[in-house]
Amino acid sequence: MAFFLETLLGGLMVGMLYSLVALGFVLIFKASGVFNFAQGVMVLFAALAMARFAGWLPVWLGFESKWLANTLAFLVAALIMIALAWFIERLVLGKLVNQDGITLLMATLGISYFLEGIGQTAFGSDIYPIDVGMPKDPAFILEGVFPGGLLISREDLYAALVAAALVALLSLFFQKTATGRALRAVADDHQAAQSIGIPLGRIWVIVWSVAGIVALVAGVIWGSKLGVQFSLSLVALKALPVVILGGLTSVPGAIIGGLIIGVGEKLSEIYIGPYFGGGIEIWFAYVLALCFLLVRPQGLFGEKIIDRV
Amino acid sequence: MSGRAIGDVILDVRDISLSFGGVNALTDVSFDVREHEVRAIIGPNGAGKSSMLNCINGVYQPQKGSISLRGETFRHMNSRQVAEMGVARTFQSLALFKGMSVLDNIMTGRNLKMTTNLFQQAIRWGAAEREETTQRIAVERIIDFLEIQPYRHTQVGRLPYGLQKRVDLGRALAMEPQILLLDEPMAGMNVEEKQDMSRFILDVNDEFGTTIVLIEHDMSVVMDISDRVVVLDYGKKIGDGAPAEVRSNPDVVAAYLGTDH
Repeated sequence: MAFFLETLLGGLMVGMLYSLVALGFVLIFKASGVFNFAQGVMVLFAALAMARFAGWLPVWLGFESKWLANTLAFLVAALIMIALAWFIERLVLGKLVNQDGITLLMATLGISYFLEGIGQTAFGSDIYPIDVGMPKDPAFILEGVFPGGLLISREDLYAALVAAALVALLSLFFQKTATGRALRAVADDHQAAQSIGIPLGRIWVIVWSVAGIVALVAGVIWGSKLGVQFSLSLVALKALPVVILGGLTSVPGAIIGGLIIGVGEKLSEIYIGPYFGGGIEIWFAYVLALCFLLVRPQGLFGEKIIDRV
Repeated sequence: MSGRAIGDVILDVRDISLSFGGVNALTDVSFDVREHEVRAIIGPNGAGKSSMLNCINGVYQPQKGSISLRGETFRHMNSRQVAEMGVARTFQSLALFKGMSVLDNIMTGRNLKMTTNLFQQAIRWGAAEREETTQRIAVERIIDFLEIQPYRHTQVGRLPYGLQKRVDLGRALAMEPQILLLDEPMAGMNVEEKQDMSRFILDVNDEFGTTIVLIEHDMSVVMDISDRVVVLDYGKKIGDGAPAEVRSNPDVVAAYLGTDH
């Protein structure tokens, strides 16, 4: 029982981190109907910026404080992501208003290659550490209930808490503010949104900025776990089954989807894995997503499309 | 009819030509719209009515001609700039924000009236909170006016077609426009719904003094509610005047009924 709970908790926490990456996809899809292929590279790019500036700033400005270096580097990286959003709107999306989804998808594919190149040129292509003071040692909880308690990773726990807070804030922003409402309006119909005077360009800059900052948070968390390196951009691949499961248009869906994938991966590895000789964690999420597509193509919380005939 | 007095020309369309590739959608079309009037553009299917409306709304850029709004002439405008100048529109094929509630749909129409910035909204600073309340009051008035109170929180995509059309009108009204462009507001409606919609259009015109430009291909509906009518056929203007005049115009009759040659 204790072992099962340990696995479950581990899965939930990893799942929260998948949700965070998936959230980037959902935000942009909701507001512009674009499946942003560049989301994974944005995570890498943001993390690279953060890691490098955290190293450079103390040298340039001559201070020692690690805390200050991390805070400043985070702000600089956030500004870079906002500037990036502005450039993307100006140079790419602004030119493609009212185009097909597939055209926009191809554009984001282009953006992802561009970012990959420019990121590694500007920031280097080695493995860089991010140290934001996440505790590496595990903790034991519920020692009174189970003999020896449950072993959990404190690092994962803190990361999951940060992710949960961010997700809650974003949900409120989307549902409760006038700008959030305008974002949802743009997502539903570009043309109609323009006709009532919603500035499409500004909305897109906002949404890509938010997605950029979400990518930055995801990048910092994953980066401090795995180190900042090229493979970080592949974390986004793990987010694909999450959005399929949760639905591309739903913020809560991204969270529940992430948790299901996280838990599913861990539990399947432990309980089903041995029958296949182990290692099923890597592909289990995709199979789960595939089965889901057969039953509910719009995802758990996606909007069901009903066309009048 | 009512106390509204028809004023000066507020919208002047001069020699508009629009073509898509080799197809001429509009050829040298000119007409004007006076303040507070109900101006209809009619014509058979494919006559270029929607193209005309889209030119005024800034969706299409005509190759030739000019459009003046309150004496200000413009050639290149996008929909958002037109909206800022006090022109609202509805859509022929519904273009509502389907995933959102009736209330939220109409609230988006208040977007241009909102002055608080993103950060104020994000932390729900006093001004943002107050603004949301005042805008909500305006929206509730529109909801009452259009008699859609029971559906306030219903997701728009789930409403029957006739009601969706009303929400579309409500969203446009929320902008408090000076000119309202209606693209086939009665298309696909039954007789009762058409009567309701006609009543709403006349009330808007009467109570708010809104100038209305409406497109319709069903001639009978239009004749009762418009002050003046423009008739288009194959992208050319073939008639212009009071409903009675237009009805007896032989070219118009021919366009609608066909002629023996």
